[in-house]
Amino acid sequence: MVTKLTATIAVLFTGGLLLYGVSDFPGFGDPHSPANAGVEGGGPSISQYFIEESYGDTKVPNLVTSVLADYRGYDTLFETVVIFAAGMAIFAILRVLEPGQPRPDELHESTRYSDGDHTRIIVGTTCRIIVPLAQLFALYVVAHGHHSPGGGFQGGVILGASFIMLAVAHDLPAALRRFPEKNYLGLACVGVLVYTAFGVACQLLDRNFLDYGVLEKVLFTDGPEMARSHSMLGVEIGVAFTVAAIMFAIYANLSSRGRLHGGL
Amino acid sequence: MSEFIENQISPYFNFWIYVILMMIGLWAVIAKRNLIKKLIGLSIFQTAIILFYVSIGVKEGATIPILDHHGPAHHEETEEKADHGKPAPGHVAQNGAHHEHGETHDDPHHGGKHHAIDPDTMANPLPHVLMLTAIVVGVSTLGVALAISQMIYKEFGTLEEDEILEKLKTEPLHD
Amino acid sequence: MILSFDIIILVFLVVAAIISLSVKDLLSASMIYGIYGFLICLLWAEMGAVDVAFTEAAVGAGVSALFLIATVFNTQRNSSD
Repeated sequence: MVTKLTATIAVLFTGGLLLYGVSDFPGFGDPHSPANAGVEGGGPSISQYFIEESYGDTKVPNLVTSVLADYRGYDTLFETVVIFAAGMAIFAILRVLEPGQPRPDELHESTRYSDGDHTRIIVGTTCRIIVPLAQLFALYVVAHGHHSPGGGFQGGVILGASFIMLAVAHDLPAALRRFPEKNYLGLACVGVLVYTAFGVACQLLDRNFLDYGVLEKVLFTDGPEMARSHSMLGVEIGVAFTVAAIMFAIYANLSSRGRLHGGL
Repeated sequence: MSEFIENQISPYFNFWIYVILMMIGLWAVIAKRNLIKKLIGLSIFQTAIILFYVSIGVKEGATIPILDHHGPAHHEETEEKADHGKPAPGHVAQNGAHHEHGETHDDPHHGGKHHAIDPDTMANPLPHVLMLTAIVVGVSTLGVALAISQMIYKEFGTLEEDEILEKLKTEPLHD
Repeated sequence: MILSFDIIILVFLVVAAIISLSVKDLLSASMIYGIYGFLICLLWAEMGAVDVAFTEAAVGAGVSALFLIATVFNTQRNSSD
């Protein structure tokens, strides 16, 4: 009870201060706020540069993808590394085996098939129909990140979710037979390495890390803009691999407490 | 009365609700006893912050930050796009037009008339980019926190904070 | 930027947040957290942030609620407050 009282007082105090601070903000939806249009007498806002010049520099219509994968590519590389590290951390926390327990690699017989199982017939049939469509849609989202909302993260999450759907429809060993542990951990590493390889390839050609314009010699395009556009696609594919593999890895470890049999 | 609403309340109403959401999340992290409730409160706080950042980039009457090749954003290039059947020369001409614009205007202060895209008509893409990262990193840390809470349950048999503290006082942690 | 839509969705958001933290059954709390995620996705789509709305729909409302449910199944179902 004392904790709740202290919490209420602290929250009311902080909330009051923040509400007092809100009165200094520019209004909601103001196109001339400092974040959108720069400060009078100071410099312009960098988002004006992104809106006006990004198509001319990179030939990609989706401004968010061009800023994410090209102008701020360094941030996106380390975000992918953070996702990979989180997957590894969950693996390290939950994979504590007691002596006498079978190793998780050796348990892949599924004990539940939804063909004769009347309690799971609706979920099983629906998931079997939806999983290939979901994977196709995920690949579409990754490939069309330049022209429509989408990109590497969204496509990767949908791809990972399609494998999770397999695990929910049958049970976890059935999904693990199709996507075993070595494969998904390997795919996560390959994703990070693909992203880094694009950056190192630019360094080998005597420019900065992740400076994609110089790859026009290797990719045989006419002009650095198309080289940047193609490198963005390659980098997004790397991100999609890592995100898909780690989403399934986190689910497999969380739902079975690290033992990889049983599960939801 | 409607002026009062327009000038005093409607520019700031969204931000008040974001502050209220943040405070709900913060209260849950401090005051709730169950670990899963604390994590849900932390996630509510996180999404309220992301909501705040994304609403910095909102412009009234603006469209989404995806360029449309056949729409009004490229109205100055329409004379080059008169023939849609031949996209290659159109692209090269557009490239040339953009390069011209880039060379003759070196400070982007000069209003929207010289550039084909008026920044006032497109939403600000920079907060969206930063918050994409934030959302995905948020779900990763939620995964790690849930893994730790599963190990706590395996060790102590409960997820309530006061019971865990009792058990910690009476029995020391082995190894 | 439609003000009435904003007000309605924001009020629902506050209600969903309060309810998700008040119910004693942790499975219901996770599902209502999923509802909270979907409402936020709707709000962003209306504000013009379509990429962020896509990501939140996939990650926040889908995968994040799923991880919470997976953990609730492996630990306890009810909480004391």
